[in-house]
Amino acid sequence: MADASYPEDLLYHAEHDWARIEGDTATFGVTWFAQDALGEVVFFEPPQVGARITGGEPYAEVESVKAVSDVIAPLSGEIVEVNAALADGPEAINEDPYGAGWMVKVRLADAAEKDALMDSAAYQQTLS
Amino acid sequence: MSTLSDNVLHGDPGIEAHPPHREVHAAGVAATQTIFEKGRAGRRAFTCPELDVPAAEGLLPGAFRRAEPARLPEVSEPELVRHYVNLSKRNFDLDSGFYPLGSCTMKHNPRLHERVAALPGHARLHPLQTPKRAQGALELMHRLEHALGEIAGLPHVSLQPSAGSHGELLGVLLTRAYHEDRGETRTKVLAPDTSHGTNPATVTMAGYELVKVGTNPDGGVDLDDLRAKAAPDVACLMLTNPNTLGIFDPNIEEISRIVHDAGATLYYDGANLNAVMGHSRPGDMGFDIVHFNLHKSFTQPHGGGGPGAGPIAVSERIAPYLPHPVVVRREDGSFDLDQDRPKSIGRLRGFQGNYGVFVRSYAYICSLGAEGLKDASTTAVLNANYLLARLRSLVGEHLPLAFGERCMHEFVLSGAPMKKDLGIRTLDLAKRLLDHGFHPPTVYFPLLVDEALLIEPTETETKETLDAFAEAIAAIVREAAQDPSVARDAPYTTPVRRLDEAAAAKRPVIRQPL
Amino acid sequence: MSRYTTTTASDLAEMLEAIGVASLEQLFDEQVPAGVRLGRELDLPPGLPEQDVYAHLRDLAARNTSAEDEISFLGAGMYDHYVPAVIDMLTSRSEFLTPYTPYQPEISQGGLQVMFEYQTAISELTALPVSNASVYEGPSAVASAGYLAKLANGKGRFVVSAGLHPHSRETLATYAHGFGTEIAEVPLRDGITDPEAWAAAIDADTSAVFFAQPNFYGAVEDAAALAAAAKDSPAVVVAQVDPLTLGILKPPGECGVDVAVGEGQSLGNRLDFGGPSFGFFAATEAYLRRMPGRIAGETTDVEGRRGFVLTLQTREQHIRREKATSNICTAQALNALAGVVYLSWLGRRGLVELGELLLQRTHYAREALAALDGVAKLHDQPVVREFALKLDEDLDVARVVDRCQDAGVHPGLALDGNVLLVALTEQRSRADIDRLAEVLAAAVAEQRAGSPVAA
Repeated sequence: MADASYPEDLLYHAEHDWARIEGDTATFGVTWFAQDALGEVVFFEPPQVGARITGGEPYAEVESVKAVSDVIAPLSGEIVEVNAALADGPEAINEDPYGAGWMVKVRLADAAEKDALMDSAAYQQTLS
Repeated sequence: MSTLSDNVLHGDPGIEAHPPHREVHAAGVAATQTIFEKGRAGRRAFTCPELDVPAAEGLLPGAFRRAEPARLPEVSEPELVRHYVNLSKRNFDLDSGFYPLGSCTMKHNPRLHERVAALPGHARLHPLQTPKRAQGALELMHRLEHALGEIAGLPHVSLQPSAGSHGELLGVLLTRAYHEDRGETRTKVLAPDTSHGTNPATVTMAGYELVKVGTNPDGGVDLDDLRAKAAPDVACLMLTNPNTLGIFDPNIEEISRIVHDAGATLYYDGANLNAVMGHSRPGDMGFDIVHFNLHKSFTQPHGGGGPGAGPIAVSERIAPYLPHPVVVRREDGSFDLDQDRPKSIGRLRGFQGNYGVFVRSYAYICSLGAEGLKDASTTAVLNANYLLARLRSLVGEHLPLAFGERCMHEFVLSGAPMKKDLGIRTLDLAKRLLDHGFHPPTVYFPLLVDEALLIEPTETETKETLDAFAEAIAAIVREAAQDPSVARDAPYTTPVRRLDEAAAAKRPVIRQPL
Repeated sequence: MSRYTTTTASDLAEMLEAIGVASLEQLFDEQVPAGVRLGRELDLPPGLPEQDVYAHLRDLAARNTSAEDEISFLGAGMYDHYVPAVIDMLTSRSEFLTPYTPYQPEISQGGLQVMFEYQTAISELTALPVSNASVYEGPSAVASAGYLAKLANGKGRFVVSAGLHPHSRETLATYAHGFGTEIAEVPLRDGITDPEAWAAAIDADTSAVFFAQPNFYGAVEDAAALAAAAKDSPAVVVAQVDPLTLGILKPPGECGVDVAVGEGQSLGNRLDFGGPSFGFFAATEAYLRRMPGRIAGETTDVEGRRGFVLTLQTREQHIRREKATSNICTAQALNALAGVVYLSWLGRRGLVELGELLLQRTHYAREALAALDGVAKLHDQPVVREFALKLDEDLDVARVVDRCQDAGVHPGLALDGNVLLVALTEQRSRADIDRLAEVLAAAVAEQRAGSPVAA
């Protein structure tokens, strides 16, 4: 898999999640650091479309061979779409965590919540 | 199993940097064919008895009938025997070699036990046989209960649970029954962060919320954390002592006081009982409920993952809630099964438990007696401390002891320095041990030790075996210092090499496509 | 030193020196607080030589009346089927008998492949695509299916047929009380689950429904109809099935059953006074990730060779801990080995032939016994290997059983309501059945006459 990267156009949560905000919706996924720590992802358990999720709380699970990890929502909102391709190809989370490895799209509940997230530089500070 | 151990142990470490790959030939391919891929239509190993009653028609309505037979194998007896004998040769087993799997107590399984368990009076006894015609079996169970109660220091025993995890579930359900009977509602169960996974899983299954208790720097229960969490809504503390770090908690009496002052029960996970038989009894430590793993301390063979048995012993206050039936001795000296237990929680499985296991464990207790059981634990602790001392002197810098100075019957090393300094992980060390002809220790447990290696040699191993094992680990560490890739790519000499577990989990194939 | 330990005096001296302690006692004194030391010997008899232990265990065995000693028609969950010699040979091989759970797959391919083959066999028997590597035994498998339903839908109530084995009902109740699901029992009518009461009991708060096929009284249920009644509810449909009947009975997977569980003893395992045996647990694809216990899966090694591993382990207690699908740790690997060897020994046609033989002999026995004075069928439903008789009110079924046993025949299990439950296996021939009829007739006559009557 590719080297570590933390795109500038994303916002980051300390639990190693990213959000790409477009208007009143956002796409969520996990960071390069998270996928590296997990190892080879073998299963992604998505939430139901329509579920309401809360920033800082788990909304999904990822599994490697010998670990299960909660995926933490960076922001609150309602699930409008889940990445169905991950059901058959969870390796996208390792291979392309910011692209094909996206997890859910969310209609945001509170635009102001994003102010609590970090930019790329601040997030990378937390990793060192 | 052929190994590289001779070269590695006696030669120059590192010369095996590029070990020969095992040749794959036709027999190797046949070895992985399943029984479903063998055989031919029409072959059979079974001869059905002749129909000796008048044939009747229409006994079973067509709608209830199976249309197509299950696609079971079609093989002759010689094929059947050869298939499974060849499969057996692809297993490592305790009768062949050292098996220091921590928390699993892989001690020798005396062959006498197989002989006595197979006697028709035991093996062909139906579980619903009238008690007066099963007096030998009931007496055996009664005697085993007495012995286990004495070893635990708790007088009331139920043999019913099928395994340690089943005993745990029973223990927590008994706790629930005890509190409910007193009109108390409690919602939480405490367990240390070092606990076996079965403890937290049991807590949820029994309808409680798990609260984790921390570990202090010496590897025991963090007393301040325990005091803070031992609230009136706590039903039970589940503890293993010695714990999964091989450490006997020096504060056990204080732990017991805290838990009982809170009105909770104290549960003993007996996975590590092999450390203390005849030396110290859970009942005397203040535990209310103890489960035994008859497949650990009491020599039931593990069978490649079962069967086992997980009897429990309890204190006076818990006894009324034990599952029924209970083996009792009547005034005339006969034995019976008592179903009339008004406060019993019910039953946890069919019939009376894994009697075949009881026969083996009872035979073991008869063989050893009081002195022999104590000697077993003494020697288990001696062997563990000796192996620890050998490893410390050989590889202590790379594989330090995680907690404390001594251990009981098992100990935990951390592979973190080895990983950092030599570039091989605990997993690699474990896989390289396979080439030396040893079963590796338990790895990556307990969770709070980085790169953990949990080693339990048991009392039935010779000093020579312990020395050879320590030397093998030292050889692997020396080899890694020269070329870590050897361990990283190990094993080389096993029927298969490292397997792709991720692929198996991503796209599960869990049966033979037919 | 016992015969199972090896430390000589010189070993001990070297070992203590290496450890750096003066004595064995010091190892314990340093670690175990004085207040919890036993300070005396265990109050147990002294150890015995091997030959004396053998003699003692043989004497205990001799005080049991086993299926070796009488003609037994006892069933009710465990059955005296013939266990072929190949099973004794294979299960006593060290390589199968003495390993632990296959945590190191490279040196456990034999055991793992056995699990894979076993799972295949159970899937074939039940016509359900997912099987685990076995659980403890039958009734706790039923309760584990209840926990699966609890985690799957969280609904509040189980609906349970009174035809489910009493041990299964009690075990389910014990578990369900813990995790907080209520139980509603549906009675039998004419020997089978009352279809109207069954349908009426199932609603939107039903977590799972449970029935047995055949049921405890031997009757073949309309499994498809029972499953269909739950179709519009959230309930998981659970059937406890007798695996030996699946040569002739429609498999649960073709009846709309979601989870099929049962007692595996009749597949090549000894009676052993109730265990160890194994429970099987099979389900539809939807419950793959909710299964309890071990599952073996196929994969390849780094050189591309076929191999087997434990898989989907994230369900299990050692990883998911308090969120695990079950607390179960071990399977019943050795007993499941006996199960798959037995099914391979019977083979595709043998299982059907055995089923047909039992169907005929069961019918013959039922008619022969129900024709006796004072004895009638409990119900008229189809039966395949076991059936229930009702004795007249003036008779005491327990005394009848006792009298038959005195004559060397165990006629079956005495149940409340003056009911006798009679089971057949291939080891009970027509001559045995005829003998049972004689002995039972004599026992009935004797009780009525108040004095012994020759059988």
